[in-house]
Amino acid sequence: MSEVLAIVLIAAGLLFFAAGSIGLLRLPDMHSRLHALTKADNLGLGLLAGGVALFAGSLAIALQLLLIWLLVLVASAASAHLISQHALRRGRGQ
Amino acid sequence: MLPQEIIFGLTGVGLFVIGLRGVMLHVSALARILAINVCGAGVFLVFVTVAYRGLGERPDPVPLALVLTGIVVAVSATALALALARRLQEGGDE
Amino acid sequence: MTDAHWIPLDMLLAALLLGLGWASVATRDLKRGVALFIALGLLLAVTWARLRAPDLAMAEAAIGAGIAGALLLAALRDEDRAVLPDAPIGGPRLWLLNLFCIGLAGAVGWGLLDAMAGSDGIRLAEVAGDHIPDSGVSNPVTAVLLNFRAYDTLLELAVVLAAVLGVLSLGPARPGFERAGPVLGGLVRWLSPLLIVTAGYLLWVGAHAPGGAFQAGAMLAAAAVLLRLGGRADAGLPAPGALRWLLVAGIAVFLVVGLAVIAPDRAFLQYPQGWAGGLILLIEAAATLSIAVALALAYTGGRPPGWETAGRLSASPSRREGQ
Repeated sequence: MSEVLAIVLIAAGLLFFAAGSIGLLRLPDMHSRLHALTKADNLGLGLLAGGVALFAGSLAIALQLLLIWLLVLVASAASAHLISQHALRRGRGQ
Repeated sequence: MLPQEIIFGLTGVGLFVIGLRGVMLHVSALARILAINVCGAGVFLVFVTVAYRGLGERPDPVPLALVLTGIVVAVSATALALALARRLQEGGDE
Repeated sequence: MTDAHWIPLDMLLAALLLGLGWASVATRDLKRGVALFIALGLLLAVTWARLRAPDLAMAEAAIGAGIAGALLLAALRDEDRAVLPDAPIGGPRLWLLNLFCIGLAGAVGWGLLDAMAGSDGIRLAEVAGDHIPDSGVSNPVTAVLLNFRAYDTLLELAVVLAAVLGVLSLGPARPGFERAGPVLGGLVRWLSPLLIVTAGYLLWVGAHAPGGAFQAGAMLAAAAVLLRLGGRADAGLPAPGALRWLLVAGIAVFLVVGLAVIAPDRAFLQYPQGWAGGLILLIEAAATLSIAVALALAYTGGRPPGWETAGRLSASPSRREGQ
């Protein structure tokens, strides 16, 4: 049962990653691309981490994966902020 | 011989030759240092492939230790090469 | 799940590796090339994890992708031309070069496959595996690095020191960055203690799980890089006096331990029975500090301010140099 749930979570995570990548390729300007990447990829990572945690089965590993996800969230949020701030300062919207 | 040995071994050789071609083609020092690092990645891949024994067995630790040492040495050498390149650029040609 | 099941994914991984390698070398824009190189490093870390080498995966992600990428990006700051001109070789000479590369790849690849197929040679894996219980640690890679091949690791620390000495003697450090805003500043403030604690954990756990001195040193170096990006030009490193001691601490402790264990029935670096675990941890702790300081100094690109030099460099622009 938990394996089926894990597979569903991982598949959903992959879907979000695919959505983020398509957004990276298809969206017109840099800010909207950043938006798509940060939101979709991080949610995808969270779902993937949830699925892997279910496969692993131990609480310690699940907590470690949660910590990893939080760190990636923080890092990508800060990176997205810095990139768009830099772009605004340079006057580029592309 | 495991199929992974063929796949990753040839990939390692391929990466090495790609890096070598980059070293021979580019003129800028930074581009060449980048290409040498790609060479190094190929060499490490060959080492780790030789150490691989399959999913069931533990790998051979001796080549792995060599590669671990190699990664650190490669980065140190890259730092030295970059410092030399910077000094050359500051000093002007000849 | 056998290796045969993994073949499609492995081929995908191999294709991605080759594609990223090609793209990072062939691109004209150096910034893009460096970004692709960092991605190649991370994918290589995934490959190490696939090939059952978790210590390598950690080291590659931290050092091979992280520190090397940071070094290249810092060097790009100085670069005048971040977009490369056309290749100076054209036409028939380029075709000759391509032919040579393809031929070389074929020859080396054939040789490699031939060597791997007919492997009757002496492999050290069984010998190493048999002696791991005596080595004082249970992580095979740590056992090889700090016990069976400890001399190689000592020499490797010396090579790192030599490279850092080269960087230090070539000029003063690069100029730092401006003070960070609230977002980056907050990130640095929260991540630096976490990185230090993680480094301590990796150092400790390296005895019985993937980890060790190199990974821990890379974590500390990453903290130094973060601090420098957040605006501290000294990257959180101590004063030059203490810095010199930290740089040589790894080699010094290694040598002292190696010489101290010499006895009528023991050679250089032959740990006595029962002491091996503790001695390995001691050496690893010192090596962690040395590697961290070495990588951090390499990232700053030169001598920190206040570092006294014996001579004067005639061609450098005026800067405060000690006598």
